[in-house]
Amino acid sequence: MAAKIAYADVEVGTELPARSFPVTRATLVRYAGASGDFNPIHWNERFAREVGLPDVIAHGMFTMAEAARVVTDWVGDPGALVEYGVRFTKPVVVPDDDKGATIEVAGKVAAKLDDEERTVRVDLVVTSAGRKVLGMSRAVVRLA
Amino acid sequence: MALDQSFVGRSYPPTAPYEVGREKIREFAEAIGDTHPAYTDPKAAEELGHPDVIAPPTFVFAITFKAAGAVVEDPRLGLDYSRVVHGDQRFAYTRPVRAGDRLTVTSTIESIKSLAGNDVLDVRGEVHDENGEHVVTAWTKLVARAPEDEPAPEQGE
Repeated sequence: MAAKIAYADVEVGTELPARSFPVTRATLVRYAGASGDFNPIHWNERFAREVGLPDVIAHGMFTMAEAARVVTDWVGDPGALVEYGVRFTKPVVVPDDDKGATIEVAGKVAAKLDDEERTVRVDLVVTSAGRKVLGMSRAVVRLA
Repeated sequence: MALDQSFVGRSYPPTAPYEVGREKIREFAEAIGDTHPAYTDPKAAEELGHPDVIAPPTFVFAITFKAAGAVVEDPRLGLDYSRVVHGDQRFAYTRPVRAGDRLTVTSTIESIKSLAGNDVLDVRGEVHDENGEHVVTAWTKLVARAPEDEPAPEQGE
C-alpha cells in the first residue's frame, strides 16, 4: 500500500476535497453493462413509474462507487481502503435530458482509529438535488 | 409473509471461481468514470505495491451479489424477490481485488428480521482467492417491502 497522505498530517475534522459527479441515462446504461445489473428501474422509465418511482433512478452501487472516489483520490492508493459501508436512503433520480443528475460528495476525518495501524475513519455526506442519498457512509483507510 | 427463521446461520457452498480480468476491471472503472491509473496500468499498480492492476472497491459486488442471489432465490426461504431493494452495503478488505484473481464466494445468512412488515435479510459473502486467502467480505442488507406498502422503493438493485 502506498497512501500519499500521512497519518501524522491529519486530524479529526480534516476535510477531503469535495467532488460532484454527473450521472445521465447514458451513464446508467454503461454502468448496467459493466456491473451486470440490468434491473429496468435503472433504464426504463415506463417500468420505473409502474413500480411507483418518480423516474429512472441510478444504481445504488453506482452512487456508492462515486462516493468512494473522494476517499481513494485523497489517499492516492485505492488499495489503502480497509472498510467501506453505506446505507441507501433515497434514490438518485435521473431525468431523460442532457443534464441528468449530480451526485455531490463531501467528506471529513471523523476519527483517528489506531496509531499503530495508522487508520482513520472518514465520514461522507452524499447528496443529490439537495437530498441525502446515502446514510451512514463511512470508510476506514490506512494512511502513510 | 414471515421468512423461515431456520435459515439464519445457514451457509451455502463456495461458488465456482470467478476469474478477474484486466479488461473487465477497465470496463468497470470507465463506467464509474474513475481514471485512477492503478485500475488500468500494471506499472502504476506496481508502483503502489500491487502485483497487477487492482479493481475499484465496489467492483466485487457483482460477484458477491450473484452469489447472494442463489441464497435469496432459494424457494424454501420464501422471499419475494420482486419486492426486494438494497438497504445497506459494507465491505471489509484484506487486500484489493486484482487482475488474475480466481475468487470464490461463500454466502451465509446472518439474520432475518421483520421490521414494520418488511422482511430484512442480512447476507455475508466471504471472498477468497485461489490460495484460500481472504480478500474481502461483503455484507448486503436486502429489504423486501410489505405488499401493502406504498410502492415507493428507496433504492433498487
